[in-house]
Amino acid sequence: MARMVTTRQVVVSTAAAWLFGFMIFFPILWMILTSFKSELDAFATPPVFLVFHWTTENYATVQERSDYFHHALNSVIIAGGSTLIAMLIAVPAAWSMAFSPTKRTKDILLWMLSTKMMPPVGVLVPIYLIFKYFGLLDSRVGLIMLLCLGNLPIVIWMLFTYFKEIPKDILEAARMDGATIGRELVYVLTPMAVPGLASTLLLNFILAWNEAFWTLNLTTLEAAPLTTFIASYSSPEGLFWAKLSAASTLAIAPILILGWFSQRQLVRGLTFGAVK
Amino acid sequence: MATQQTQGLARMLLAPSVILLFIWMIVPLALTIYFSTLHYSLLDPGSESFVGLENFQYFLTDPAFLASLKNTLVLVGAVLAITILLGVPFALLLDQPVIGRNIVRLMVIAPFFVMPTVSALVWKNLLMHPVSGLFAWIASLFGLPAIDWFTDAPMLAVILIVAWQWLPFATLILLTALQSQDGEQKEAAEMDGAGAVSTFIYLTLPHLARPITVVILIETIFLLTVFAEIFVTTGGGPGLQTTNIAFLIYSQALIQFDVGNASAGGLVAVVIANIVAFFLVRIVGRNLEA
Repeated sequence: MARMVTTRQVVVSTAAAWLFGFMIFFPILWMILTSFKSELDAFATPPVFLVFHWTTENYATVQERSDYFHHALNSVIIAGGSTLIAMLIAVPAAWSMAFSPTKRTKDILLWMLSTKMMPPVGVLVPIYLIFKYFGLLDSRVGLIMLLCLGNLPIVIWMLFTYFKEIPKDILEAARMDGATIGRELVYVLTPMAVPGLASTLLLNFILAWNEAFWTLNLTTLEAAPLTTFIASYSSPEGLFWAKLSAASTLAIAPILILGWFSQRQLVRGLTFGAVK
Repeated sequence: MATQQTQGLARMLLAPSVILLFIWMIVPLALTIYFSTLHYSLLDPGSESFVGLENFQYFLTDPAFLASLKNTLVLVGAVLAITILLGVPFALLLDQPVIGRNIVRLMVIAPFFVMPTVSALVWKNLLMHPVSGLFAWIASLFGLPAIDWFTDAPMLAVILIVAWQWLPFATLILLTALQSQDGEQKEAAEMDGAGAVSTFIYLTLPHLARPITVVILIETIFLLTVFAEIFVTTGGGPGLQTTNIAFLIYSQALIQFDVGNASAGGLVAVVIANIVAFFLVRIVGRNLEA
């Protein structure tokens, strides 16, 4: 019993939705367009929209000027490393809380989440001094540890939410059929857990990739990921719009594509399943 | 099957994360508390001395604190208002039959994945630049003077940038909630002659109450610590006009090198966040049982 929908309604809502979507997306689109312009076209008044001399030289210049690949590699290592370590610590924890809960499980979960509420700026000074003392400033290892700990509560929560939804009946059925714990883990549980593991992995990679507070304050050059690389374009001598746009496009492209793939899980992950 | 053995195993699996998070929570916090009682300036090494609560007194009575507290609240409040007030109608719109809805959805969600440093720079230079920004050109089409955003309305500019990043989040959460709404209930209401407005007020809005709370609370946690957008665009200025608490503490620690005072400020920030967190944890905790 679908509701009756007239063609006119569809046309109107389609037009409105596309207009709205286009408006929201426009700054990104404009940035991508600008990245293919010459600096002269990028500054042109009135602005040129599609008819200009398309060029990819900005991308080459960006790489020459500040070694995009060095920073991109740092981003991949830092975001990837912190995500993987967080998963290694979080999977067993979420697993045990979901499958062998005790009276204190809920308190532990809430306490874990509450560590996320601590604003980074509140502990910036001690972290900065600790890093200085141990020679971790501007090092990838230091950032990996920091982002891993910062995201750990969210990773555990997301995994817990997914694991808890795996029906226990199936486990019992497998046991009745005489499956050993090892077989149960490999053939029954793992296949059911993979989607949750994958989307948690993706989302935390995205969070770590975009994290700007710690990366801006604790890196200068060696370990600087893309967030810092882009911020260097905010200085007066960096004000070349086409190059800025090319650098920005390069910095967000990988994560935007990943994000689009995981958008359906995003809602559940970020609200801990409170909204379905 | 939950034998002593599996219980022990479960505890062993849980231990590493509990221990790590405990250290992560307690060590920096203890150090912050310790530093906050010291006169401790990085420009003046070796002169550390115990000063009791003097740093707190200094931080809390500094006019910059009140200004930045106000800015923090304005920023959080305005972004919340924009994202909810626009997010609800946009979610309703996307819930209608729309041709190519998946593509619209991808366009709408995109800003959420743009790193804050990038969105700040793109808005500042390509859109809001008073001479060659796109907004200046649009204003000129209507014969209006261009707005010099970061001089004349710096806070509004920051609010717009941050709201643009968070509107997708609100819209997506609300849309997901709408799609789980009971269609039959709506049909029944329509059959009984309820108009679109009363259906919205009596059915849809109550259904959205919970996702709206979730959006408000999660956004609040992130918005209280907005940093990169301010760092990249205004540097807290002009004057103190866009300095929020996060940026104030940053500038005291790493620009003025006053560790003692910054630590006191850090603890104030922790207290403010915890007041908010108290409510968030309660609500999320309630959802956990459902």
